[in-house]
Amino acid sequence: MSSEVVIRPSIDEIKSLMRVERLPHIWCPSCGIGIVAKAYVEAVLRSGKPVDKHVLVSGIGCSSRMPGYIKLDGYHVIHGRAIPFAVGMKTVKPELEVTVFAGDGDLITIGGNHFIHAIRRNDDVNVIMINNYTYGMTGGQYGGTTPPGSRTLTSPYGHIEGSFNMPLFVASLGAPFVARWTALHYRQIVDTILEMFKVDGFAFLEVVTPCIIYTDMNRMDAVSFMKMFRDRVVIDHNADLRDVALSVDPDSKIVVGKFVSRESESFQTKYRRLMEKVMGDGSG
Amino acid sequence: MKNGSRLLKPGSYFMRGNNACVEGALIAGCRFFGGYPITPSNEISAMMARRLPQVGGYFIQFEDEIASIVSIIGAANAGVKSMTATSGPGFSLMQEAIGLAFMIETPIVIVNVQRGGPSTGLPTQVGQGDFMQTHFGSHGDYETVVYLPNSPQEMFDMTIKAFNTAWRYRVPVVVLSDQMVGHMIEKVIVPEYDEIEIVDRIKPEVPPEKYLPFDSNYLVPPMAVAGEGYRVHLTGLAHDERGYPTTDHGNMMKLLNRLLGKIRKNERKIAEWEEYMTDDADLVVVAFGITSRSALKAVKDARDQGYKVGLYRLKTAWPFPYWRIRELADEGKEFLVVEINMGQAVRVVREYVPFERVHHLPWAPGKCPPPEVILDKIKEVLGR
Repeated sequence: MSSEVVIRPSIDEIKSLMRVERLPHIWCPSCGIGIVAKAYVEAVLRSGKPVDKHVLVSGIGCSSRMPGYIKLDGYHVIHGRAIPFAVGMKTVKPELEVTVFAGDGDLITIGGNHFIHAIRRNDDVNVIMINNYTYGMTGGQYGGTTPPGSRTLTSPYGHIEGSFNMPLFVASLGAPFVARWTALHYRQIVDTILEMFKVDGFAFLEVVTPCIIYTDMNRMDAVSFMKMFRDRVVIDHNADLRDVALSVDPDSKIVVGKFVSRESESFQTKYRRLMEKVMGDGSG
Repeated sequence: MKNGSRLLKPGSYFMRGNNACVEGALIAGCRFFGGYPITPSNEISAMMARRLPQVGGYFIQFEDEIASIVSIIGAANAGVKSMTATSGPGFSLMQEAIGLAFMIETPIVIVNVQRGGPSTGLPTQVGQGDFMQTHFGSHGDYETVVYLPNSPQEMFDMTIKAFNTAWRYRVPVVVLSDQMVGHMIEKVIVPEYDEIEIVDRIKPEVPPEKYLPFDSNYLVPPMAVAGEGYRVHLTGLAHDERGYPTTDHGNMMKLLNRLLGKIRKNERKIAEWEEYMTDDADLVVVAFGITSRSALKAVKDARDQGYKVGLYRLKTAWPFPYWRIRELADEGKEFLVVEINMGQAVRVVREYVPFERVHHLPWAPGKCPPPEVILDKIKEVLGR
């Protein structure tokens, strides 16, 4: 492990990047989204890149409200389409550090097609997915990551569909960077986002933080929520990703870690090289 | 030719409509194209893929039309002129995002090379059935500007104009072409560059702490883009002048009035049409796009046979140039609307002309009505 001294930003520095005039936020008490918001802000401040070059893009849902509270260029677009917006922006302005912040329903249910193709192209964007297992903003319907067996507003007799095991899914598509943490792992989330900023390609972080209002975690308070994570989490960077699916079983483990980190060259880097060649030698 | 000098040179060319559209877009400053394959617009994406890297621009073929249009909204918010091209089914998929572009005041250009509909319809054959969709396809109240080219020359000219209008008013603009105009090969003249009007982004002049992205002191507020330090918040939600979501009723009416007012208050500046022998006409044929060329021949033939007929060619669908239609209607003239659909522009004409004086030629078989068919209809109307 590195022994370098980390200077964390002060609370005033964090606040300087928050739209404090918009508080109180819309997130429910004990929701994990705010923890990730703060971790992102800390990572931005420690990134070494000019703050004004960081851009946030989101779609629709609880998690997608994050740009509304962070004082950066932020774009809250339509449901499921944050990735293509981010890709358009990053492609034409490479100096931007573009991060997509999304819930599971937005990102890989309605937005699934854009998600898989952005990984295939290896677009140079950072994607942070809050996995709360549900559609919170609309009252708790099941989505693409809802574990089988869950009772939701639209699966009142128990969910009989399968769910995505996100780390396996994303790694299998060839993404160069894949990690998973929970809302308990603030420092690890900050470190992981800092690594994601350096990846030239599609960097994916799943943060497990089940909705405590609309899932079987019903109305769990913040402390027991964190205790639940502490009891169930196993850190294993080398986990076999076939074994990391999330379950409703209260005794099941939540396997977290930095699962994939490999050499990568993004579509955007390749395109710029192609463009320079075409412009330089007059071919085409 | 080396970098920076690879725009199409001023001069006279023999070009396909879709290709003329691409060259016009590049001269207008388009440097990003996101698209998805669809007939009969494919020449546009194929040419963009070849041409954009030559001029320092970016091309991405996306996974669908939704991603295509959303990507150009993203690129435009990074300050780059951006465009997509499609046809009916793809245009349907883009509707939600057109509303977003309108709401967050993002200039984009969408070229719709129409084919026969509904549904998959007639992919390789001509249609004009998207006339209403260009204004009413997305939910809620919004305004677009829609140009109606009828030649490769206008595919060139109107694409440039579309970019200018988009960036002048910060709105989505549609070039509503059709399969025949898109595929037709004709003479296209590229003027000297200094004769071509190019409109660029209105940039903020105030420092970030004084900047309001949706400042209601402006009809069209200056536009900050990502990475400039203005730290904007843009959302498709109803928003205040800071861009922050709000459900305040007074704010919503103010926002809607300004957003719609950008086009409604400027409709007479934006709308375009042209007339042929309407002054003494008893019957005015209303047509647009490829149909206007067939209608012109029919009108000339009718004149040769002694019928007092004129042509009113729409060059913009929206804003619809209704005031001139009303003047002609006040003179007691009859109207015949000819379009490749079963009745769309005719509904708009009926808003401004007494019902019994508006005639229609329902026609959507996948080809343009030939002049003889239009002439027969003219005779039928005037022979009553």
